[in-house]
Amino acid sequence: MTMPSTRGKPLEITTPSDREIRITRSFDAPRMMVWDAYTRPELVQRWLGKMPGWSWAVCEMDVREGGQYRWVWRGPEGAELALGGTYREVVPGDRLVSTERYDQQWYEGEAVGTVVFTESNGRTTLVTTLRYATKEVRDGVLQGPATSGMEAGYAVLDELLASADAA
Amino acid sequence: MDAGRLDATFAALADPTRRAILARLASGEASVRELSEPFSMSQAAISKHLKVLERAGLISHGREAQRRPRRLEAAPLAEANEWLERYRQFWEESYGRLDLLLAELQQSAKKRPRSTRRAATKRKGK
Repeated sequence: MTMPSTRGKPLEITTPSDREIRITRSFDAPRMMVWDAYTRPELVQRWLGKMPGWSWAVCEMDVREGGQYRWVWRGPEGAELALGGTYREVVPGDRLVSTERYDQQWYEGEAVGTVVFTESNGRTTLVTTLRYATKEVRDGVLQGPATSGMEAGYAVLDELLASADAA
Repeated sequence: MDAGRLDATFAALADPTRRAILARLASGEASVRELSEPFSMSQAAISKHLKVLERAGLISHGREAQRRPRRLEAAPLAEANEWLERYRQFWEESYGRLDLLLAELQQSAKKRPRSTRRAATKRKGK
């Protein structure tokens, strides 16, 4: 399937510190609208993580400070992707801070995600910063395999081993 | 792909000692004693980690009665890799759909200007 148009700029991924990954992307809409699309479950389900062959199983979001969220997708052959966390800061149209932990534990510990919404000339830029427990975890997430197959898997492991030695 | 097995794989990979063991085994099979040498850990502690890796199907052991060398098993790691690749696509594709949703919301806001103005002014408090 092809998307009819690409309205936003491409994703930009940077590393502002040794424990963080920052994803920047702008959207052709005012920030309250982007905020709604980000925080209302019925809207979130229409865009977030709709991978082919996968569907939403749970989308619960209690968007207030101290509130919890839980997202579960089901895929082919019983595969499941599930994560959840707690909202730490909720400033509508401005700032959303939440914790993030996957049931699959593909990285160690809990990450903290901060999404900052800024609007200029009717366009909204979203800056999402994910802070991981350690540099090693961050590196593991960031490096992910660039190509599939065992070679990439080994490269990731080599990298992890090297950083474990250095620490 | 089996969800339970993928969970077991990622749980096994979440520990730095176990990742180091896998990295060591990537360069060839090794006995429990050989595996415990680089770590300041007892062979018993290493054996516990090996059991977790074995249960996740990430390693297997040979039949030689004395040494029982551990070796890396490729398939579960390849599955974990596939999973990670999907994660990388996740945001790019999701944001593409968010563009479309926002375009649609903009369209309906133009038809019903009152409801969006309400949402926008509520935040600014003007």
